[in-house]
Amino acid sequence: MTEKEKKEKIPRQPMPEQDPKKRSMNFDEVPYGYTPELAQKEASRCLQCKKPKCVEGCPVGVKIPEFINLIAEGDFIGAAKKLKEDNSLPAVCGRVCPQESQCEALCVLGKKDEPVAVGRLERFAADYERAQGTVDLPQLPPPTGKKVAVVGSGPAGLTLAGDLIKFGHQVTIFEALHKPGGVLVYGIPEFRLPKAIVEAEVDYLKRLGVEIKYNHVVGKILTVDELLEMGYDAVFLGVGAGLPVFMNIPGENLCGIYSANEYLTRSNLMKAYLFPKYDTPIAVGKNVAVIGGGNVAMDSARTALRLGANNVHIVYRRSKTELPARAEEVHHAEEEGVQFKFLTAPLRYIGNADGWVTGMECIQMELGEPDDSGRRRPVPIEDSNFTLDVDLAVIAIGTGANPIITGTIPNLELNKWGYIVADEATGKTSRERVYAGGDIVTGAATVILAMGAGRNSSQAIHQYLMNKS
Amino acid sequence: MFKILEKWEMADNTVCHFKIEAPLIAKKAQPGQFVVLRPNETGERIPLTMAGTDPAQGTIDIIFQVVGKTTALLRTLQKGDAILDIIGPLGRPTHVEKLGTVICVGGGTGIAVLYPITRALQEIGNHVISIVGARTKYLLILEDEMKNVSDEFFITTDDGSYGRHGFVTDALKDLLDERTDIKLVVGIGPVPMMKFVCKTTEPYGVKTLVSLNTIMVDATGMCGACRATVGGKTQFCCVDGPEFDGHQVDFDELMKRQAAYLKEERQSYERFQKEQE
Repeated sequence: MTEKEKKEKIPRQPMPEQDPKKRSMNFDEVPYGYTPELAQKEASRCLQCKKPKCVEGCPVGVKIPEFINLIAEGDFIGAAKKLKEDNSLPAVCGRVCPQESQCEALCVLGKKDEPVAVGRLERFAADYERAQGTVDLPQLPPPTGKKVAVVGSGPAGLTLAGDLIKFGHQVTIFEALHKPGGVLVYGIPEFRLPKAIVEAEVDYLKRLGVEIKYNHVVGKILTVDELLEMGYDAVFLGVGAGLPVFMNIPGENLCGIYSANEYLTRSNLMKAYLFPKYDTPIAVGKNVAVIGGGNVAMDSARTALRLGANNVHIVYRRSKTELPARAEEVHHAEEEGVQFKFLTAPLRYIGNADGWVTGMECIQMELGEPDDSGRRRPVPIEDSNFTLDVDLAVIAIGTGANPIITGTIPNLELNKWGYIVADEATGKTSRERVYAGGDIVTGAATVILAMGAGRNSSQAIHQYLMNKS
Repeated sequence: MFKILEKWEMADNTVCHFKIEAPLIAKKAQPGQFVVLRPNETGERIPLTMAGTDPAQGTIDIIFQVVGKTTALLRTLQKGDAILDIIGPLGRPTHVEKLGTVICVGGGTGIAVLYPITRALQEIGNHVISIVGARTKYLLILEDEMKNVSDEFFITTDDGSYGRHGFVTDALKDLLDERTDIKLVVGIGPVPMMKFVCKTTEPYGVKTLVSLNTIMVDATGMCGACRATVGGKTQFCCVDGPEFDGHQVDFDELMKRQAAYLKEERQSYERFQKEQE
């Protein structure tokens, strides 16, 4: 038996999780994470390929075989440090990255068997280091005297800030909300990404010297041009795609109809799930419909369950195959009791005299010819209308570009949807010294892609700053 | 943290006025804009329109009525205390231009919002007629301030305890009957008042601006909590407003949306009052 064959005998190690019935009633994190034993066992499955394919699948180029090897050898802190060489937010990425379509999709083991659980191992190493309370700071180079302003403290901004501070530049993040993390705090629920983890990762950046100014809506309190005049050598815009999309169908402004952004912001950022201990209220539906099929829809549906709904329906106009959400999220939602109404689209909402939603008229769809996205286009089936009892609806059909900042930057080139036109490799915009990355360039995408954009821009800004002097 | 430099109470202690240190906001704010504030770590984010700013001193003024937990909690703060988060200036500023004769109509704490707009309209050279109203005499705020920035000035109270007996709309209707040179009406106050101001002006075809202080969360266009139907289209009050053409606003929908959390608001307030005992 060769070494390779022996390794294939160890199956991919599952991660222990909270029981679905129990967890659908609390906001605690769903998976418990690997124990050191499980982590070492899983890490031993890695073939340590000479030319690792997995790294090619990682937008920030984490040295995957190296950190996994350190775990296999029992040097968990060393593994965490190795991760942090390329990824400032490993505990976050270990949880929310779509590994199945990135690193793990390219794992050689996956050809015959299941790929190495890179995400679970990443999460394990980062959690281990944080639990030990031994998050050492790397040696920083002498200050360069250059200053960079970062607008937005989401994944793109945090990654870029971490990189630039390690190059010796001074970094100030301007955040519109009162807490750092962007979508990591307002969007992704506690049960999927505990906020203490985001805080710890941000705290690490602060210890490195990154300054964060909260409550600063750039475009209102300060403009980008003012930042440049104030002495910042460059500005990076990582403001996300923070504009909720509604369907513009009748009844959409009835009470009890939320954008996913509002629903999740109330629950996550404002902690409405702890009402009345926290003052922000949130409507608790008994029969909830969540419109959409992405991760945000899954998060909304699972939040509704935890807030006490009896029935939660995901209403999606295509079929299960086309669901854009991660398979793991769909699986978790199903396990917890979320019901799926595929090939269904809402037509209008019905309300009562108080202006509250009581029902949703829907129509059945069938899949026709492929559209521009390559997916089969949903086509309404005539006379298939039916009404769903609904006292709460969450619209999770995507987000657009928020014009609050882009509208205040003269000569900044935007595309027809209002996103910033920026060079993919550098984040350079049409404005000198202004860079952009993440959802405000690409449209709503993933945490790791935004981090990758932050990484690319940090390299470009560093080069610009060093050539300038 | 944003320090409270001065605190005054008015309208028999039901309305509170803070002068707050917020130099960056003070420098940028224009009439009609608002701030969002969150009093403490467990607090909610509420929008309040600024009643004034002093860019030289770096201060902003907010005036609010105690209507629920958050405003009651704010009222317990004293000079020297601080508010955890203040975000602003938000919303579009009032479009102030010289039109001729304009009428500014204010009710309740809406007068605080109306005051800087009235002043700006007068400063730019308009002939400003103001009508301010309250349920009863002791609830009337900013009487002297409004008088000082108005060329003509009227007071109404619902119970007749001060000024003209009746509603602001009664005084408004008389003015619209008397004069044909009214170019603009700005009406700011409780939603029902604004609705009736608009109903009053509509037959006269006088453009009427209202300021909508809806429920908001982020107040930067991200959540849509503040959506209102204006001219048949959904608008976000936080970024598209807060001021709109009142004749286009669906006030009935707005009132229902404003009442969406009445039950929770009552629960919160009662809990707070018990804690205070």
